[in-house]
Amino acid sequence: MKFYWITYFLFGSIFFAQDIPKLSKYANDFTQTFSSDQVNYLNSGLKSFDDSTSNQVVFLMINTLDGYPIEMYTHETSEQNGIGTKENNNGVLFCVVKNDRKMRIEVGYGLEGALPDALASSIIRNDVTPYFKRNQYYEGTIAGLNGIMAATKGEYKGNGSNDNEEGFPIGFIIFMMFIIFMLISRNRGRRGPGGFIYYGGGLGGSSGGGFSSGGSFGGFSGGGGSFGGGGASGSW
Amino acid sequence: MSKGIGILIVVAVVVIGAIMWATGIYNNLVGLDENVTQSWSQVENQYQRRADLIPNLVNTVKGVANFEKETYTAVTEARAKVNQINMSPEMLSDPNAFQQFQSAQDGLSSALSRLLVTVENYPQLKANENFSQLQAQLEGTENRISVERKKFNEVVQNYNTTIRQFPGSIIAGFTGFQQKQYFQAAAGSDQAPKVEF
Repeated sequence: MKFYWITYFLFGSIFFAQDIPKLSKYANDFTQTFSSDQVNYLNSGLKSFDDSTSNQVVFLMINTLDGYPIEMYTHETSEQNGIGTKENNNGVLFCVVKNDRKMRIEVGYGLEGALPDALASSIIRNDVTPYFKRNQYYEGTIAGLNGIMAATKGEYKGNGSNDNEEGFPIGFIIFMMFIIFMLISRNRGRRGPGGFIYYGGGLGGSSGGGFSSGGSFGGFSGGGGSFGGGGASGSW
Repeated sequence: MSKGIGILIVVAVVVIGAIMWATGIYNNLVGLDENVTQSWSQVENQYQRRADLIPNLVNTVKGVANFEKETYTAVTEARAKVNQINMSPEMLSDPNAFQQFQSAQDGLSSALSRLLVTVENYPQLKANENFSQLQAQLEGTENRISVERKKFNEVVQNYNTTIRQFPGSIIAGFTGFQQKQYFQAAAGSDQAPKVEF
């Protein structure tokens, strides 16, 4: 097994000059396109999705790949960061290469059934691309992540901070808080088009009302998920 | 007398130790061999998945008026060729069989990529949501094939190195483990058909 990794890294350094980033958050913007509030908002949303479903959806935006194939880049990045759990391989990487105008949704083995290539491609073409064409990167990203989460939410049960299986009242209270929170934020009119959907518990709200509990610093650490090249790519 | 027993005990310990050592190495080889078989079946799955997508694809482009016939008949023929070749894990040590398998699959890859390039000339196809989905599935499958091929090569490399290195080579020689073939990146064959749309 040790040998496997040695060859992996050897091959990696011979053929590929592209650096594989170490992802420390759920939402990673290396292009400075989003404000830190926006990044935190995405980050806490994806963190609470992980807590409630155990699916790890990670967002990454970089400037350019210098002609390096995006399929290889996203595969290496997702495998080396171990997105998703080792048992279920339930990770997804949504990668946007801003200046190359390319993007890809890389889907882990365990979510290929819930998020097949055709659906990933449809999310890219129909949900994300229209926003990106108008340079609305934030809205497009939210639309893409919402599409990914909607497709994958029912696949696995989370064992994160909120136990949804037994704790019905807690889940219910959180749900009510969520509704109230949505209403408040809607009334304040802060959200632009396409609010971020949270599934299950863990508001983690680092934006809007007074919910700054936990969540705002959601650090990402991969669970060792494996990827088989599923997903779809697109450009705008 | 007691000296003879002492020698006997030493010999017995050495023999038992050697057997245990050899068993350990042998079991390791079996494990590596299983890994190769398993990742081979992943490769085959993805190739099969591609073959299964083709009839759908061909039917879709057939329906388009004036679609160049040669391109899709080439795909159908290449697919038929692929289906004729049956590659069991035991044949992975056979260079000729492996070569045949790979060249048939690569033939299908290039026929497919030519078809997908031709599609560029038919805007009505590109605007068709069904076709876009089919194309996404096909591209996804090509990508999976290259990923599984890469993983397969890594596993085979691990296996081949172990059976060629000392002391694995001795045990492998006694027990009949043979080297297995790698996928070669033939000219442009590892490149998934890339279509800009």
